[in-house]
Amino acid sequence: MLKELILILMAGVLVNNYVLQQFLGICPFLGVSKKVNQATGMGVAVIFVMLCATAVTWPIYHYILSPNFTYLQTIVFILVIAALVQFVEIVLKKFIPALHKSLGVYLPLITTNCAVLGVTINNITAEYSFLQSMISSLGVGLGFLLAMVLFAGVRSRMEGGDTPKAFKGIPITLIAASIVALAFFGFAGVVENLLT
Amino acid sequence: MIDILIPVGILFGTSLICAVILTVANRFLGIKEDETTVAIRECLPNANCGACGYSGCDGYAKALAEKTCEKTNLCVPGGDSTAKEIATVLGVEAEDVVEKVAYVACNGTCNAVQRKYDYQGQKTCYAANVAYSGDKFCAFACLGYGDCAAVCPQNAIVVKDNIAHIDPRKCIGCGICARTCPNSIIHLINDTSRVVVECSNHDKGAQTRKYCSNGCIGCMKCQKTCPSGAIKVTENLAVIDYSLCTGCGECEKVCPVHCIHEGNFICGAHN
Repeated sequence: MLKELILILMAGVLVNNYVLQQFLGICPFLGVSKKVNQATGMGVAVIFVMLCATAVTWPIYHYILSPNFTYLQTIVFILVIAALVQFVEIVLKKFIPALHKSLGVYLPLITTNCAVLGVTINNITAEYSFLQSMISSLGVGLGFLLAMVLFAGVRSRMEGGDTPKAFKGIPITLIAASIVALAFFGFAGVVENLLT
Repeated sequence: MIDILIPVGILFGTSLICAVILTVANRFLGIKEDETTVAIRECLPNANCGACGYSGCDGYAKALAEKTCEKTNLCVPGGDSTAKEIATVLGVEAEDVVEKVAYVACNGTCNAVQRKYDYQGQKTCYAANVAYSGDKFCAFACLGYGDCAAVCPQNAIVVKDNIAHIDPRKCIGCGICARTCPNSIIHLINDTSRVVVECSNHDKGAQTRKYCSNGCIGCMKCQKTCPSGAIKVTENLAVIDYSLCTGCGECEKVCPVHCIHEGNFICGAHN
């Protein structure tokens, strides 16, 4: 049981890294990865939203949509997640202003981020239980944070590099992203053998 | 028919519940954005340069609206017109903006300062500074690769003889160059100032003399000469206290290495 959960967690962080292996959530990955502290803020906000979103969408799928209306999942999930993030933002602003201030800018940005939608739908597809879904979301969120922080480090090194003019800006960023993604291919197959 | 109605009902129901929850939450938990903040925000030039001392235009507007900041004249790029608009919103007397200009506290030109090594790397100050704090012997020198010129929004900076020069008439005093300079030798001064020390070197006089003919050697002549006691030599470097300086220019005349300069720093935004 525990072994299975650890496997799900590690798979989310390393093997099925959403950003670097499945190419979900590329927008914040490229947009907010210029500085390490911003990347960390964004990563933590994503973990937070993913956990909240999974906690809400799993029951909705299993108690309302299943089994006859499963085709509604995408549109209902988008709706629910968007409303949830807005709600969380209002609550945070009122009760925990300090947390709102540190997450504040990033929360609305990830309202309908495809990584958040992706993790909720993938949890359903993989037929996880509620606990497994939450662990999987945590793993994916941590993987997102890891990718963001790693890539922010890479980008801060690139700032000082002598990039040819044609590659300046987004092109060199995409090339660097692809190299970091290649590095993550090294994890494929690691997790299955990790605990055997 | 029922096959269509149920999904529509589910979707409608979900939306309705979400909408109700959000409306209720906003009604009872929401914090209203202050109208004054929004009004002041619109006056500000949106440069987010941080010259006011706050994190950006938003921070300054908030501070003004909440009365934690009384001064309406802190926005240097906006100048007097912005100060007037803010004062109108707040209903207070407009204060004159003290325009600022940046100057480079180094005059170690090609001929003046000696080189440690031949730098062949990437031509930016940031990169050169990583390699043993640049190719000039003086660790406090302008590196001369023009990082400041690259970030200046007004194109007010040109690099000549390996030293950045700032044109006060173009400078808006935003201070972006001062934050970019890896050696932190660009300073902001009130544009009514008349005299600047063009050196940042804290080494002892004899040592400075060895590698730079234009560097301040801390000889104290200016400190002794200044009639208003505005110059103090601290850590082997002459520092001008602009609250006392009258701009008489006596210090410039006695400086043996000519690192004190008198000039006109009135910026273009001044009115």
